[in-house]
Amino acid sequence: MALLEIRNLTVSFETSTGLFHAVKGIDLSVQEREVLAVVGESGSGKSVAMLASMGLLPKTAKITADVMTFNGRDLLTMPDTERRKIIGRDISMIFQEPIASLNPCFTVGYQIEEVLRSHLGLNRADCRKRAVELFGAVGIPDPEKRLDSYPHQMSGGQCQRVMIAIAIACKPKLLIADEPTTALDVTIQKQILDLLMSLQEETGMGMIMITHDMGVVAETADRVAVMYKGRKMEEADVVTLFDNPSHSYTKALLSALPELATGDRLPTVSDFVDTASLQTEGAR
Amino acid sequence: MIRFLLGRFAYLVPTFIGITIVAFGFVRLLPGDPVLLMAGERGISPERHAQLTEQLGYDRPIWVQYFEFVGNLFQGDFGNSLSTKKPVLDEFLTLFPATIELGLIAILIATLVGIPLGVFAAIKRGSVFDQVSMGAALVGYSMPIFWWGLLLIIFFSGILGWTPVSGRIDLLYFFPNGTGFMLWDSLASGQSGAFTSAVRHLILPSIVLATIPMAVIARQSRSAMLEVLSEDYVRTARAKGMSPFRVVGIHALRNALIPVITTIGLQIGVLMAGAILTETIFSWPGIGKWMIDSISRRDYPSVQGGLLLMAGVVMIVNLIVDLLYGVINPRIRHK
Repeated sequence: MALLEIRNLTVSFETSTGLFHAVKGIDLSVQEREVLAVVGESGSGKSVAMLASMGLLPKTAKITADVMTFNGRDLLTMPDTERRKIIGRDISMIFQEPIASLNPCFTVGYQIEEVLRSHLGLNRADCRKRAVELFGAVGIPDPEKRLDSYPHQMSGGQCQRVMIAIAIACKPKLLIADEPTTALDVTIQKQILDLLMSLQEETGMGMIMITHDMGVVAETADRVAVMYKGRKMEEADVVTLFDNPSHSYTKALLSALPELATGDRLPTVSDFVDTASLQTEGAR
Repeated sequence: MIRFLLGRFAYLVPTFIGITIVAFGFVRLLPGDPVLLMAGERGISPERHAQLTEQLGYDRPIWVQYFEFVGNLFQGDFGNSLSTKKPVLDEFLTLFPATIELGLIAILIATLVGIPLGVFAAIKRGSVFDQVSMGAALVGYSMPIFWWGLLLIIFFSGILGWTPVSGRIDLLYFFPNGTGFMLWDSLASGQSGAFTSAVRHLILPSIVLATIPMAVIARQSRSAMLEVLSEDYVRTARAKGMSPFRVVGIHALRNALIPVITTIGLQIGVLMAGAILTETIFSWPGIGKWMIDSISRRDYPSVQGGLLLMAGVVMIVNLIVDLLYGVINPRIRHK
């Protein structure tokens, strides 16, 4: 049984110009111990699809799916109170902007202990002890002292480590990482990716890595789903995708690398594929 | 935090100097002669007028008068009232509890109603509740205080007879003026019905005084909350599986309160100005009414002393608000 199973997921938003379809009938699934990379350009619907499965989209979003289950439990019909028991504990998520993702008015210790208290029911002393352990596990130096820091007193990389500590606090079965390294500088990116991968290997959790960085995909993923304008264009294991991409959009995406730039201009996807022809395509 | 505190205190010095100049200059810009007004309808001979002017020191150059005024201030001497001959500070302190009591209750009403109203309007953005409450806030903000006060008097006191028209307590009750705070003194007196009477007298003036600050606080709370609700950390709180109460009431509200606290601080000044009108409408024996009477008598020491003391109170309240701002917002505290 897949950990997360999504079939024919559609997400649309009411706008002043009519209904905007952000996700158009995609299928995704991730198994335990598996890393699924969801790649695509900005606006391809990869984050929206994951936020929909977490129930984090605003009420204005219209979400429909044939199947959306986590560990066999139907997420579509699940009441909000039940869903809140799962998210943050069994499914957790980390975001792109680590500093902005932490509440500036509370210490990072408060923000991690809050999760431990509400999901695991730990008392104050146990929360503190577990928080120190978690900070240690994600490589925050002097964890006891850092628990009393506010987000603005930490670097972006450290804040992302805090976010990861919060995300793994309840030993989740699935971690969704939404572009976790995009806002960080290159050396920190590597450290964070290494940390995520070692935690994934240690705990055996499933992971969905949302990214537009093909380098991150190559380094982390077992399987890759390529999205474009709300549709899934292709899904394959990572080796096949890089060695033998079947879809023209995937080929274009792999070709649009800064390393392949000639002259002053960086290559874009539209240099390699007629994007107009992609509008109606898509693989389930 | 200590640097932050010292910085805040340092701001008070130039502000205080500015206020002394404004308070001193304002009364002298008013048309009318205090000596003539002292004499009243009987009139006064030119010789006596000159003698009194000299006696009161009003014949000296204005800057000499100013420095004498400031010099006396440093000795705690605010001068004596021209009409009652009593020290201005004593008169102020006698009447001040009435204004403080009214102001405190008004700001309490404004905050306790305004913040939840704004927060709910933000959560239910675009709903009927949002539109009605924010429309009401706009009406409240736009209404002249004296007109609103009179409307409430006509309806609640005149037609329904629920509340008294003026004063702080029914004349039936008499007890020593302990703290000057009628709610406390009436309760401490042990006389049955005294406290209820004090509350009934306080209801209308405090509602009138609270109306504008409440409207401003509600609108500010709504816009601050709307801004905060779209922040990444609110999404994180929801992604942690926190209840809507924790997400809104703890994570969002704490951040939204930062601009709201500033607004509340600014409203204290508005409240003091409003108190002058409200106290006049409801014959509330506080600083506002005393100031109006002093201005009409051109009682220079009372007006300039009163202005200075009121400004001092606003300054202190704003200092407290600034400190509170530091408590709520750690980024300010750690600067």
